[in-house]
Amino acid sequence: MRIIVLVKQVPETGAVKMDEETGTMVRAGVEAIVNPLDLYAVEAALALKETQGAEVTAVSMGPPAAAKALREVIAMGVDAGVLVSDSAFAGSDTWATGYTLAAAVRRLKGADLILCGERATDGDTGQVGPQTASFLDLPVATYVSSIDAVTTGHIRVSRLVEEGYEGLDISLPALITVVKEVAEPRLPTLGGKKRARNADIPVWTADDLDVDPGRIGLDGSPTRVVKIFRPQVARKAEMIRAEDESEAAAAAGRVVEFMTDRGLL
Amino acid sequence: MSAEAAGIWILAESSSSALTRVSFELLTRGVELAAKRSAQLTALVIGHDLDKAGLNRLTACGADRVIAVEAPALEHFLVEPYAAVMLKMIEKHRPEVIIAGATSLGRTLMPYVAAKADAGLTADCTILDIDRDTGNLLQTRPAIGGNILATIKTPRHRPQMATVRPHSAPPAEPREGRTGEIIRISPPDELLSSRMRRTGFKREESDHPLQDAETVVVVGRGIGRKENIPVAAELADALGAALGATRDVVDRGWLSYPHQVGLSGKTITPKLYIGLGVSGSIQHLAGMQTSQNIIAVNIDPDAQIFRVADAAIVGDLFDVVPALLARARAMGVADG
Ligand SMILES: Cc1cc2nc3c(=O)[nH]c(=O)nc-3n(C[C@H](O)[C@H](O)[C@H](O)COP(=O)(O)OP(=O)(O)OC[C@H]3O[C@@H](n4cnc5c(N)ncnc54)[C@H](O)[C@@H]3O)c2cc1C
Repeated sequence: MRIIVLVKQVPETGAVKMDEETGTMVRAGVEAIVNPLDLYAVEAALALKETQGAEVTAVSMGPPAAAKALREVIAMGVDAGVLVSDSAFAGSDTWATGYTLAAAVRRLKGADLILCGERATDGDTGQVGPQTASFLDLPVATYVSSIDAVTTGHIRVSRLVEEGYEGLDISLPALITVVKEVAEPRLPTLGGKKRARNADIPVWTADDLDVDPGRIGLDGSPTRVVKIFRPQVARKAEMIRAEDESEAAAAAGRVVEFMTDRGLL
Repeated sequence: MSAEAAGIWILAESSSSALTRVSFELLTRGVELAAKRSAQLTALVIGHDLDKAGLNRLTACGADRVIAVEAPALEHFLVEPYAAVMLKMIEKHRPEVIIAGATSLGRTLMPYVAAKADAGLTADCTILDIDRDTGNLLQTRPAIGGNILATIKTPRHRPQMATVRPHSAPPAEPREGRTGEIIRISPPDELLSSRMRRTGFKREESDHPLQDAETVVVVGRGIGRKENIPVAAELADALGAALGATRDVVDRGWLSYPHQVGLSGKTITPKLYIGLGVSGSIQHLAGMQTSQNIIAVNIDPDAQIFRVADAAIVGDLFDVVPALLARARAMGVADG
């Protein structure tokens, strides 16, 4: 089968610092990594490659530097990578990103299965997967926690929803977004790293894709960020010592009082 | 096209034909927006055999109109028929705003529809406002793990769509005597086809789904070992709370993945979060720092979790939890 994995390069979350003055993110010096939640999608694809036989292509949209993310997943075992990159794509919201990625998938002549992480840790919307599916007019299952069976033209999955796990049978081609439970990502191998270094990663610009110039990038994006600010609710913790048993009892009293005051009981 | 779009819509959700809590939270938002814009408020419900009392409750809680689209094929959420129905309704009624819960349903259906409807969509909003004159929806959402808030507008496209974080508004209450129009529609078959089929459902063993819970007790690695989980579970039971976990606890197999809170788990906004032996890593905070009240118990006075806490108890959780249980029971505010 043919599998496409959509991956995004993001700043390392643990390293993100806020500029207290301006309330903006300090990106300088922050390492760029593969969106950790996409690694679960990559692993799910590689597991299918092992059990079913599959050709796995990773597609990323981003600045030229995002080629590094593609090399990282090739080092894990992905067969090929394509970078979708053009200053014309800059400022894309999820709608324009889904639209552009769908065009890239079409240029690859589609796939039996498209896999995505549940969301990216920077934008944190979880919208690009379902929107890409919609632009391709494919069925989509989100929050997939296991791939239970693959048969000719169908896939069976479980998806994690609020109250439990829902089982779905989906006819292929389809797009699924996965959560951590689906698989534990493998580490890159030495051979993989070597292959990744030498891999030829084509860069597709707007000219290479069948896209309407009015629907890409900032201009093509329906939404606009108009303001960024710091949440005001700077909490000030009341420190309650409970370092021995009698203190613990007093602390418990204080906590119950706190909960009662705030109507939490 | 924007000139003609009018009306505020909410997407009410049903589960086994009963409406879920988030539907009423959305009404609270919808009532505010509709009043400000002097617009009609419509609740759209998609399902099967919807309970009449539930639909009436939507009007009693503020909907001027309820549109219930019902068919056996719509009993459970399947993205294609649900999207087809919604797109048909958008085409017919041209709402200016559509909001839905940032639930597993809303976060799947809304992007699928927005792509096809040429609509802007903002995820997981916690604050909504509307410009009285232009009708521009001001959608504010936490970003970068809750460290900043971003306000987003959709100036040229209609409808303006947003998903709203559950528990970020109180549910609307019914007003006696308040009624509205209820329209029940059976959609034509061509809207109901699906390339996906539901094969079953396995309910989580816990009684309290994490994302719906008003109180969540979260277990961190400070609990020490799997055998100690009942210490936290007993507190959760007594408070009628759901049990959550950090990734370290899940990775060790002490609690299952559906309990995980954080970046690679669930995002929760309960009224009360109680962390036991949780350090407060940035990835964990990303999933819980918008909780309304945060109590943390940690042996380390410098634990990061205390930075976001309202009450910081510095001590051994194995002393504090039993004391807390005893106290709460003595006061008759906890079960057991
Ligand atoms: C990509 C990525 C995604 C991640 N996603 C998540 C996620 O979704 N959710 C998540 O939680 N983490 C996530 N993590 C992991 C995260 O970085 C932390 O490792 C994790 O949150 C730590 O869990 P913890 O607080 O239980 O453990 P620790 O950090 O080990 O903290 C244990 C705490 O318990 C305290 N303690 C010990 N004994 C006691 C006692 N007897 N009484 C009271 N306190 C005690 C200690 O002082 C310490 O503060 C992610 C990491 C990465 C890189």
